[in-house]
Order: sequence, then C-alpha cells, then structure tokens
Amino acid sequence: MSLIEKTALEIRELQNNGSVTAEEIAKQFLSQVKTHDGQIKAFLHIDPENILDQAKKIDEKRKQGKALGALAGIPVAIKDVLCCRGVPTTCGSKMLQNFVPPYDAFVIDRLKKADAILFGKTNMDEFAMGSSTENSAYFTTRNPWDTTRIPGGSSGGSAAAVAACEAPLALGTDTGGSIRQPAGLCGIVGIKPTYGRVSRFGLIAFASSLDQVGPFTHDVADAALLMEVISGHDAKDSTCVNVPVPSYLAQLDQPIKNLTIGVAKEFFGEGLDSEVESSIRSALKVYQSMGATIKEISLPHSKYSVAVYYLVATAEASSNLARYDGMHYGHRTAQKKDLISAYSNSRGEGFGKEVQRRIMLGSYALSSGYKDAYYLKALKVRRLIKNDFDKAFADCDVILGPTSPTAAFKIGEKADNPLAMYLSDIYTISCNLAGIAGMSIPCGFTKGGLPIGLQILAAPFEEEKMLRVARMFEKQTEYHQRRPKL
Amino acid sequence: MNTPYQIIVGLEVHVQLMTKTKLFCSCKTVFGAPPNSQVCPICLGMPGVLPVMNEQAFQLGLRAALALNCQIANFTKWDRKNYYYPDLPKNYQISQYDLPFSYEGYLDIDTSSGSRRIGIIRAHLEEDAGKSMHDESGRGGDSKVDLNRTGTPLLEIVSKPDIRSAEDAETYLRELRLLLREIGVSDCEMQEGSLRCDANVNIHILYSSDNGEEIAATPLVEIKNLNSIGSVGRAIQYEAERQYEAFQKDPKNYRFGKLLKTTAGWNEARGMTQVQRHKEEAADYRYFPDPDLVPVVVTAEQIEEVKRSLGELPSQQRTRLQAAPFSLSAYDAQVLTGQGRKMVAYFEEVAKISDPKSACNWLTNEVFASLKERSEEIDQFPIRAPQLGELINEMKQLGIKREKARDVYQKMLAENVDAKTAIDQLGYKPFDDNLLLDLIRKAIEGNRKAVLDYKKGNEKALDRVFGTVMRETKGMGRPDRIKQLLLEEVAKIEA
Ligand SMILES: [Zn+2]
Repeated sequence: MSLIEKTALEIRELQNNGSVTAEEIAKQFLSQVKTHDGQIKAFLHIDPENILDQAKKIDEKRKQGKALGALAGIPVAIKDVLCCRGVPTTCGSKMLQNFVPPYDAFVIDRLKKADAILFGKTNMDEFAMGSSTENSAYFTTRNPWDTTRIPGGSSGGSAAAVAACEAPLALGTDTGGSIRQPAGLCGIVGIKPTYGRVSRFGLIAFASSLDQVGPFTHDVADAALLMEVISGHDAKDSTCVNVPVPSYLAQLDQPIKNLTIGVAKEFFGEGLDSEVESSIRSALKVYQSMGATIKEISLPHSKYSVAVYYLVATAEASSNLARYDGMHYGHRTAQKKDLISAYSNSRGEGFGKEVQRRIMLGSYALSSGYKDAYYLKALKVRRLIKNDFDKAFADCDVILGPTSPTAAFKIGEKADNPLAMYLSDIYTISCNLAGIAGMSIPCGFTKGGLPIGLQILAAPFEEEKMLRVARMFEKQTEYHQRRPKL
Repeated sequence: MNTPYQIIVGLEVHVQLMTKTKLFCSCKTVFGAPPNSQVCPICLGMPGVLPVMNEQAFQLGLRAALALNCQIANFTKWDRKNYYYPDLPKNYQISQYDLPFSYEGYLDIDTSSGSRRIGIIRAHLEEDAGKSMHDESGRGGDSKVDLNRTGTPLLEIVSKPDIRSAEDAETYLRELRLLLREIGVSDCEMQEGSLRCDANVNIHILYSSDNGEEIAATPLVEIKNLNSIGSVGRAIQYEAERQYEAFQKDPKNYRFGKLLKTTAGWNEARGMTQVQRHKEEAADYRYFPDPDLVPVVVTAEQIEEVKRSLGELPSQQRTRLQAAPFSLSAYDAQVLTGQGRKMVAYFEEVAKISDPKSACNWLTNEVFASLKERSEEIDQFPIRAPQLGELINEMKQLGIKREKARDVYQKMLAENVDAKTAIDQLGYKPFDDNLLLDLIRKAIEGNRKAVLDYKKGNEKALDRVFGTVMRETKGMGRPDRIKQLLLEEVAKIEA
C-alpha cells in the first residue's frame, strides 16, 4: 500500500489498526526522497539511518503497549531555521555551515514528546530572508508542480517536501508570509499562528517581533493536529502568551454559523493576477453557497505594510544577526589581520547578498539621525495597521483574500529585482505586523496547472475558528487532494 | 577650599546585584570561578536562544531605587544597545534606554561642611559583559575571553553633577556602598568589580579678562579605570588641577562646548589621568526596544511592599542616633552608622544598659580596633552587648579608671568571662566609703603638716594627702568620691 500521498491522520489510523509500522512509513518516505529529491531539492540534511532508528523505537514502544504521542511514527520535515540537538542547523547560510546546536527548539521538543519522526532539515532562503529559496546559500528548491519554478519562500523546502509527498508534515516559520506564500504556491495548507501562540525558543531569529513557527500539511485536519502539538506556553520565551490551547480537531467539522467574511478591497488591487483573482472570487461564492455573508471592509493602512515591514524586520535582523561574527562559532575568515577585519571578512564571506542588504537597511533605519524618520515612524504605522484589523474583526469572523498576487514564478525571474520579490509578500505581511493568525489553503489552479492559495486571516488566538472556516471550504472542494506528477 | 576654581563632578556607578543567577539565564554568578565555567547557550548568545528576565534582579533594582528616593516608572522596557566586542557574544547589550525603571532620586551625604544632597538622574538595569584579556607584551599573542561575567545583572546609578570636591565624591561612594550593602542589593567590592565607578569631571573658574569677570567652564573629561574609592578622589583632584593648568595656558579655547568630551584612564601607579579617546568618535549604539522581552509593569502595591521591607536606612539611622535618648554627635552617629546595621543594633543594646556616650566611646575606642585585629564582624564578637554594658556600669560604680577598665576588657575578650569575674580575678577590689574613709584617716594622720598648711590657706597642700589615698587604692578608687570624703574629713579637723 502506498502511503506517501496520504495525510498524517490517515497514516496514523493505518498504524493504529496495525496495517503499517512506523518503519514501513519511514522507508516509503525515504524512498520517495531518494527518488525525487534530486530534482526537487527540498532537503539540506537528511539522515536515513537515524530516521529508521527513530521509527524502530516507536514500533518497539507500540509493541510494549506503551502510550504513544499524537504524532507517533509520522515523519515531520523541519525547516533548517529550527535548532535540533546534535543535528546540523545551517539556516540556509554558509555562516552556519558547521553549526550543530546543543539544544532543541521548543517545537522540536514538542515533536519528540509527541513521538514524531524528525525527518530531515529543509532548504530555505538564507536566514529566512526571501520568497523563493533562491537566497539559500546551497541551492534553489523546485516547485513540485513545475520544476522550472520556485516553491516560494522562505520555507520553500518544507512546502516542497510536503507537496512532493516526501513528508506528510513539515514545520516552517513565517515572518512576512514565509509559510503561507510557499503553501499557496505549492498547493498545500500552511499556518502562521498568532504571535505568541507558539514558542520561538530555538527558532533562529530573523525578526523577533514577527517570527512564528507553523505547520505545512496536505489538508486542514492535519494542520489542526500539528497545531495542537506545537502550541502552548513556554517559560523560555517571554513573548509566548499563556493562553489555553483548545483541541483544534474536536470541533473542526462543525461549520461556523452565521459566518461573516470580510473582503478587503486593498487585497484586490493592481498587480493581482486575473486567474488568481477569479479563483478567489469563486472561493467566496463557495462560502456564500454555504450561507456565509460577504462584507466589504477596508484596511486603509495595509498599503504601507511592505514599507513598514522592510524597516521593522530589517532593523531587528540587523541586531539579531550581529552575533554571527566568527568569534564564538560559525564561519571565521582566514583574512584577519585585526579585530575589525576579522569581523568584516567573516561576515562578508559568511552572509549572502540579500542578508547583507537587509542588515544594511536595518542598520540605517536605526542609526541616529534616521531612526525617528524610519524605524520609529514604522512602529507608529504598524500600530495603525493593527488598529485596522481590530476594527475589521469587530464586524467579521475572518478576512479572506489571495495569499499571493500571482502563482509560482520562474526561477531567476525576480532574482535581480529585490523590490518585485518583496511585493510577492504584499498580502501576507500585514498579518505578521498585526500579530494576528493567518493561513493559506489550496483554492484552485491556473490554466497552466499551478496551485492558487486562499488566505484566511483571523483575530489573535482565533485559530480554532480559522481552521473551521478553512475546513468548510475543504469539504466542498477537492483541490487539497491533488498531488503533483513528479 | 582655597583653590581658584570649583570642581564639578558627576559619578556613574555600576554595581553587580547579589542575585543567585544571571539577568536573563539561569547561570550562576559566583566570583572567581574557572574561566567560561558559568555559561550557557543563552549568555553565549547562540542562535535561536531567548532571554527571560530574572525577577530577583528586578526586585533588587527596585530596592536600590527606592532606597535612593527614586521615582519608579510604572511601565518600563528593555532596549538593545548595539556594538561589537568579543566579550559581548550577542554583539548587543540588553539595557534600558529612554524609559529607565527609576529616575529622579537623591542621596544625602554628611560632608565636612554639613549635609549635602546629591541628585540621582536615573538608575537602570542592564547585563554585564565578559572580560577580555589581551596580550600586553607587544608580541601579538592571542587575546582571551572569559564569559562568566556576561549577563550578570548590573544596576547603573547616574548622579547629577552635584559633587563639588574629591572628598565629597569619596563620601558619596562610601555612603552609596553602605546603603546598598545594608539593604542587601550588592556587596560593592571594588576589588572584585562588583562596584565600578566612572567620574565626569570639569571645573568652573572665576576668570577676569578685558571683557570683565565671568565663570569659565572647562571641557568634560570622563575618567575610567578607577579601582578604589581612594583612587576616585585622587583622580578627581589630579584632573581638576590638570584642567586648571590647561585653562591657564589657553583660556580662550580650553572651554566647555569648544572642545569635545574626552575619556581618560586613571593610572594609579603614576598618579595621573591619561586621555584615551574623544567621546564623539564613539559608536552609534542604534538603541531599540528588545523584541525578545516584554515590558515590565510595576504597581503601587509592589512599591509599597518593597518600601516596607527596606528597614531603617543609614541616613535615617544617623538622624535617630543624634536625637534623644542617644543624643550622639553628628560625627559619632556617622562613625557608628558607617559600620552597618548590626553595629548600630549592638550599640543600642549597650547604650540601653549603660549610657550612650560611654557605649559609643567604648565601641569606637576599643571594640572597632579589636574587631579589626581579630578580623571579625560584630555578630561574631565574643563580648556580647550585655557584657560590655555591664563592664561600663561596673566601671562607673566601682570607680575603675580607664586603663584598669581596659585590662578588664582585655581579660574578658581573652578568656571569654563576664565583667564581674574579670574584675575579681584581676584583684580589683571595690572600695566602698568605709574602706575609703579608713584610708583617708590614715593618710591624714601621716600628713598632719600638710593638712595644717591647707587649713592655713595653702590649697595645694591637700594634693599630697589625696595622692597618698589614690596610691593606697592602687588606682581603683573613684577620684571624685575620694576628694569629696577627704574634704569632709579635713573640715572636721580644728585649725
Ligand atoms: Zn547563561
């Protein structure tokens, strides 16, 4: 029986009724990786021996009748921005090529406690800065639906791994759309939880006030499952909020009564591809057919999102990335005649162009004489963007729109145009700035067969409602069941 | 002061808080541990780790700020100060920038010219950096970094430029050290670096030129590398004189506002300051709120609770000791309080049994020296307060003189016995009036002529008789009582 196209919940059921073992599961996914990852290039690091060891331990545990966690025997691919004890964690950068953390990220600890199989580290834009994985210091991941195209980014490796059925589940991180955009472009489900819902401990920071860890899955039920495992309070992250985690699966199939959907005109402006737009309009009609009310809303400050984001995120990054100086760990230059040259050469050699660009942007935004006009002004506008959402959620349950303005673009198409690349996150960024919850679900395909993502935004800590709204659509459609032909 | 200028000083003091663990991780803060043995991924600034504020550090900060009469912000945040240095592995220091948790306080100090109030601009919390050790042989050896200290909680206390002399700067530091030790905030050991001080110094000169008289100010110099309270005073004195000479050479240009602020190091061996760098060349620290930490909210109830737990502060103690029933002099009150709360409590117990003036004299003349000799704290001292009180009382009652009493004290200390036993064992018999009268009558018999001379009007003649009696008591008789009884006896004799 082939397992690779199945969802995690289906695989879990087959294990529970004794049809398959964790070892068989691991072998099938390892074989899929072996066959196809040479072409897809989702993984930076994978250790088949270790994976089979993990699987055998789970089977042993099951045989002994011990209690098993919610993800027992299920492979989960990990974006290489999350620290795993004893496993190389490069962040897609030459800077951390030889870095092996002596600690687990909070979410990795949660996966281990849930008996999941840690299934390799996935490719990403260096330090999560990018929208295509083209900024990876190692290689570019391919979109499984069309390998001449990008999978999106920065969590492109995780998205491609799930879309290409190399793993049923994956974790990514989302700072400005880095989960939702690749999920949309790869035709799978991806969630950016509310800021503070999931601990950031062990997540190598890009922009601390925006980063969140979240799941990639084939369908909404799997996303609910993985969210249950990774959510919750962590005393090691001061920004992680102590709000109870409901069972996202328990009420998942209950539709939201009297659902009011907000549609922001700002998400349907210039630059939106017409095929994407018509898919989104059709999705709205599906909801209307289920009795939902569509409400026109306005998010007047969202037009500043990209500008605000590239000040706030780069400012924080310029400081977060200061520690990579070749002194204590990471890449150290051979060209070091004094302290300053040791610093500048280590950083110059270890960081790629985009990372350097953003460090310079952020340093500039914070420097004296410019801080008021850039960084501090950006913080003020960020507050206004948040206020827009607060107002909108007073009148509607969720806000729907496109995840990205276009379907997956060609490799190299925007590589030399950073601004065009930045604009591919135009619809996802405001969610991070406001700290609200967001997700992308598959809602159609272009004539060329490329997936289109529907973005669902919800108020802080309203993940349960967001998932139920997503599930309503999924039950009416079959986009989530399609798998690319490799 | 007889100098032709006025010294103006502001002090920036850093004290390490006496927490068990560091400010943002759970590493220990023991001084003197082997290099890099008290570190973890958080204070090493490894990828992906996050800081979590140490509640105890914030509480100690609050104690210090309230003891320094500071206003407490009800909302405070953490900021990142960005700069590159190998002993700061994150390459930013978590500190407080525009919203310190406390501000606008003061510390009263007793100076030779009376009480002075030194304003506190702000007191804020921050993490300490590690220590770099460079090869100073000039052979270009490797530098070494010890990160044990990295992340230790520091309280930075910035005074207003209210200090007017080197002596006052020392007094301020001593008072601050006493206060912070007494309320359990820091051990303030300058040798171990748990108290560090930078001094901002300039002088105001009454200057007459063709344009008339004016007050001229010299450019600010920040003095670093001050390793003891004494060196702070010496450095300020030296720097003031140096600035005065520099002004004399170029009164037009050596002026505040015309020259940039400079940083100088104090060279204790050579007794001079040495310019290090111009301050304005310093880095732009690109401060911004640390997104990994949440703001801290302090409630009025919390502030009240900390205030209640502070106990009596040294300045309050001084005031109380100068009032009834103790009525000590300002000097005595200062000296006693300077020894800490335990000493004051000991004093109070002795004073209650005996009297405050004698109690204070005994402490300052004898006990302080004994403690120093024995390297003991007052709570380890074998002569407890009731015994010292008893000694003072016996001494008065029996008319034991000072030197003899000191012998009793030494015996008590050496043999750990109480005052009465020591007096007995030393054979210092008490002389009551009957015994004294016997001695006096015998002395009168033996000095008939002198008594008659006295009766004739030679006042001095009686001294001889008095001396005889004193000799007979071996110095144990109370001179005033002897004199009184002698006069009474002599009065009975017919001329
Ligand atoms: Zn530590």
